[in-house]
Amino acid sequence: MLARRLIPCLDVRDGRVVKGVRFRDHVDMGDIVELALRYRDEGADELVFYDISATPQQRSVDRGWVERVSARLDIPFCVAGGIRDVGTARAVLHAGADKISINSPALERPALIGELAEAFGVQCVVVGVDSIREADGEWRVRTHTGDPERMRAPSIRTLDWVVEAQRLGAGEIVLNCMDSDGVRRGYDLEQLRAVRARCGVPLVASGGAGEPEHFESVFREADVDGALAASVFHSGRIRIPELKRFLHAQGVEVRDD
Amino acid sequence: MRVVLVDAGGANIGSVRYALQRLGVDAQLASDAEEIRGADRVILPGVSTAATVMRRLRELDLVDTLRALRQPLLGVCVGAQLLFEHSEEDDTPCLGLLPGIVRRLPAGEGIRVPHMGWNRLQRRVDDPLLADIAEGAHAYFVHSFAAPVTPDCIAASEHGAAFAAVVRRGHVMGAQFHPERSAAAGARLLHNFLSLEPA
Repeated sequence: MLARRLIPCLDVRDGRVVKGVRFRDHVDMGDIVELALRYRDEGADELVFYDISATPQQRSVDRGWVERVSARLDIPFCVAGGIRDVGTARAVLHAGADKISINSPALERPALIGELAEAFGVQCVVVGVDSIREADGEWRVRTHTGDPERMRAPSIRTLDWVVEAQRLGAGEIVLNCMDSDGVRRGYDLEQLRAVRARCGVPLVASGGAGEPEHFESVFREADVDGALAASVFHSGRIRIPELKRFLHAQGVEVRDD
Repeated sequence: MRVVLVDAGGANIGSVRYALQRLGVDAQLASDAEEIRGADRVILPGVSTAATVMRRLRELDLVDTLRALRQPLLGVCVGAQLLFEHSEEDDTPCLGLLPGIVRRLPAGEGIRVPHMGWNRLQRRVDDPLLADIAEGAHAYFVHSFAAPVTPDCIAASEHGAAFAAVVRRGHVMGAQFHPERSAAAGARLLHNFLSLEPA
């Protein structure tokens, strides 16, 4: 039986892991390889590196760190941020990333999803979706969420976009529920269930983890394949070995070795 | 020991090479028949489609070379699928070193394709390639197609239905999962492959 995945997400800027304080004033948290290996040793099933130096400035960055991570890490990892063409994706994958995740560039030019799937196979192509509930009760996507001044609201319903992204070749969807993000009151089960019902490829939940019980409920009630979290892992509020013991005791299939 | 990685264009070549480096082996990328024939161990990696890798092997004129090898050969992911006769993926004729047809994984209620993540290995045959890999150990899979459980299957896994996770017939071996990304179990499989007694 396929294990449910626990996925810490690390923000990377110029090859270092950083922690943002309200999107600015980034605090250096340490060397990317060291932190990656620490999470690996604790039992993380996969890592996502979100390159925050890339998208806002619309520049592609030095990917040397991808190679450094790949050389040392023996669990899969995904690189997100600043990938907007096949050439950049190829460089990142050839440097050793297992998957690439695209978000704003996919909404700006949906054909990019198909181009990446064609070039590398759907299993390498993750589409990240930032979603928020609007006043009329519909969930709609947001782009450029890394920078409040540049955030945009194209009039696209989240549920429609998830279906379209799969049709174009997304091999996995990461749904970041912005209303829950950073609040630590649990994942947005209602939205994740709605997306799950339309998602035939693996679905990863993001936004809202605060307690071990939140992981149990998102796996059990929204049937997601993976749960992504950042601050609760980085702060040590939730430690992965204890989280896995808890989930195992609740009957959730997790990787135990 | 000379270990070569067949450079058939798969994106995970670098990762496999690093995994071997972590075991103290410096593997060389090779796309030349002579170099491949002269190696002690040959690894055929692949993150791509069966058709793409087979086309590349034909362009490089390596199909007969790989078929004629006598030294241990390990296919990884798509590389393992190519060991079989045929793949449903783009209706692709493969190397035909093992009998069987690679088919698309059946999606179903709660069964998502691609099969992506950590799943358990169920040993079917005791084999030195699986030495010190615990029964039920997790390995990391990413694939939409898989080989059937045949007498050559030494470890199976299950996603909707059972499929071949590790195969072996003499010097021909394959892992559907990614040993380079499967933590301790993956490293152990690579170590075992490097340590096999020559036939």
